[in-house]
Amino acid sequence: MSETLVEVRNLKQYFPVKVGFVKTIPLKAVDDISFTIGKGETLGLVGESGCGKTTAGRSILRLYKPTGGEVIFDGELITDSNITRMRKKMQMVFQDPYSSLDPRMTVEDIIGEPLDVHKLCANRKERRERILELMEIVGLNAEHATRYAHEFSGGQRQRIGIARALAVRPEFIVCDEPVSALDVSIQAQVINMFEELQDKLGVAYLFIAHDLLVVHHISKRIAVMYLGKIVEIADADELNGHPIHPYTESLLSAVPIPDPDVTRARKRIILEGDVPSPLKRPSGCPFRTRCRYATEQCAEECPTLTDRGGGHEVACWVK
Amino acid sequence: MDKEPSFKKNPLSLQIDLSKFSQESFAPATEEEKRQQDVMGESTTFFKDGMRKLFRNPLAVMSIIFICLILLVIIFAPMVVPYKYEEILSVEGRRDKGAKNLAPFTYSELEQKYIENGGTRFPHIFGTDEMCRDYFIRVVYGTRVSFFIGLFAAIIVLIIGMLYGSISGYLGGKVDLIMMRIVDIIYSLPDMLMIILLSVVLQETLQFPSGTFLARLGTSMVSLFIVFGLLYWVGMARLIRGQILSIKENEYILAARSIGAKPGRIIRKHILPNCLSVIIISTALQIPSAIFTESFLSFVGIGVKAPMPSLGSLANAAREGLQSYPYKLVFPAVMICLIVLSLNLLGDGLRDAFDPKLKR
Ligand SMILES: Nc1ncnc2c1ncn2[C@@H]1O[C@H](COP(=O)(O)OP(=O)(O)OP(=O)(O)O)[C@@H](O)[C@H]1O
Ligand code: SF4
Ligand SMILES: [Mg+2]
Repeated sequence: MSETLVEVRNLKQYFPVKVGFVKTIPLKAVDDISFTIGKGETLGLVGESGCGKTTAGRSILRLYKPTGGEVIFDGELITDSNITRMRKKMQMVFQDPYSSLDPRMTVEDIIGEPLDVHKLCANRKERRERILELMEIVGLNAEHATRYAHEFSGGQRQRIGIARALAVRPEFIVCDEPVSALDVSIQAQVINMFEELQDKLGVAYLFIAHDLLVVHHISKRIAVMYLGKIVEIADADELNGHPIHPYTESLLSAVPIPDPDVTRARKRIILEGDVPSPLKRPSGCPFRTRCRYATEQCAEECPTLTDRGGGHEVACWVK
Repeated sequence: MDKEPSFKKNPLSLQIDLSKFSQESFAPATEEEKRQQDVMGESTTFFKDGMRKLFRNPLAVMSIIFICLILLVIIFAPMVVPYKYEEILSVEGRRDKGAKNLAPFTYSELEQKYIENGGTRFPHIFGTDEMCRDYFIRVVYGTRVSFFIGLFAAIIVLIIGMLYGSISGYLGGKVDLIMMRIVDIIYSLPDMLMIILLSVVLQETLQFPSGTFLARLGTSMVSLFIVFGLLYWVGMARLIRGQILSIKENEYILAARSIGAKPGRIIRKHILPNCLSVIIISTALQIPSAIFTESFLSFVGIGVKAPMPSLGSLANAAREGLQSYPYKLVFPAVMICLIVLSLNLLGDGLRDAFDPKLKR
């Protein structure tokens, strides 16, 4: 593994939720996750809707103040005092290309905002050149610099969001489901663009998606999340070839495979029931309520990630 | 697709008839064709779009025309009409005692004689009042005062309400809770009673050096502004806070934070521009409400100080001679109605054009 860029240690993010008049209980959106991302590498993060992927990405970037745990970026612990400086190195591409661009700003101003905030350009001419260069990089027509965001299609908007994230020349970008709001035909284009950018600029990604197929394509390693916890983390091919955790198994069985023979041979594992509310998480293993292999031990103790060889870590008592 | 399909197409089939397409139809798009796909519609900015909608609304256009007319009259009439609002009419230096309560476009005996002798006299368009003053110029000045008060009060309300509302909405949480309870308390005070009480108290305590602008306005006018500043901003503050709370939820605010923008910049560059339409609209609607309040107060007798006229005090003065000179009430009253109506219609038009969501 190459040099570590981002190290997340025991990150916790609880939101206080009001029940009754004054009483609040914590909603454990992200509960004790740890992982590392190497320089220029991609970690995929998958999981069902509501399992805390967005929250994890945002607390890593300190858009939320984490309840516990720490994030170490390039050997430096991220704190409130150095976060403004760190924002030059870590950026985010948002899930929704429609609400993540200010409707009252032109593309030029949206992409130029990070340049203004960090005073990266000496004068207007330099700023303008940098903006056009960024638009070029993400494949936007430079003539549209003075347009407003609402005049663009979803794919183009996502490109604007990517250009904004690239403006400060970050080393690390959290991509929060950057393609799930787009048409399938455009998804591939945008994902390819992410890969090209990585080759060209050497940025590391935390690539969030709810679809294993999308993530497999781009990631070196993949982490699977369930109810705020990482249940399995392994190299992308290893995870796809030999999933161990029952949840990963069921996720993979839902991925369509182009070969009909394989599809027929493979048993489709259909999960029963819904994801439990994060407010009422089951005791012991969070996946217990939907797991085919659940035993009594699963109800009592929460399994922790253990290495099953070759950096393949799984949190499960039985498998 | 290499071979032409050899079978005949069923005429009832909805399937695409491939024989109608040539091989070239399936060739990949050239770079130029791809460029053409990229062409976008005419760029419309938010402002242009809103203005276009505004000018398509006949009521709003009529209001704009009417307001412009009134503005022209109150700016230029005092330059054209040779009388002053506090001037008691006189002919060749002699006080014209007969020029009392003249009907519109009539002259007093003295003036008629003067005209017969070859002099020219500017007509009294609205007649004169019981103190021998030209009524038209008084109505013009009254309108001026009313407009000024409306505008000024709206600006006071805007500034205070915007500051308070945006701080409360942006900070949220406990600060917001406390700030909004204060607003609720102020909101629950009976405003007319407060205005009357305050202006009575302030009239006793406030003293301006004579000759200054404030002294000319009169204490009750100043106290009216103070009351506006103290009481009427709450509606604006509430509205702006609500807007900001909802705008704050948008991801672009989070995106700005992730870039490293400071709260001040986020409020200035992202939040305020996005609630600008609401601010403009409610300020526009604030003007007629202030004019109305001022007229009401002047009518009750605690408005502008004599001899400065306002539409309300003119209407009040006209009450006495109502039986004999009803038109004296009609002029200022109709003026108040028209101004308030057209400003309201303009505000509504602005709202429909710039923020259709806001329709109540
Ligand atoms: N600001 C917040 N306050 C309270 N609860 C929150 C907040 N943000 C997220 N949550 C809760 O945390 C949980 C995880 O949310 P999150 O948005 O991280 O899920 P996600 O995995 O990104 O889902 P999706 O795939 O739909 O984007 C959800 O149950 C959500 O309701
Ligand atoms: S620990 Fe038990 S319940 Fe949890 S995934 Fe493993 S077998 Fe299933
Ligand atoms: Mg999400």
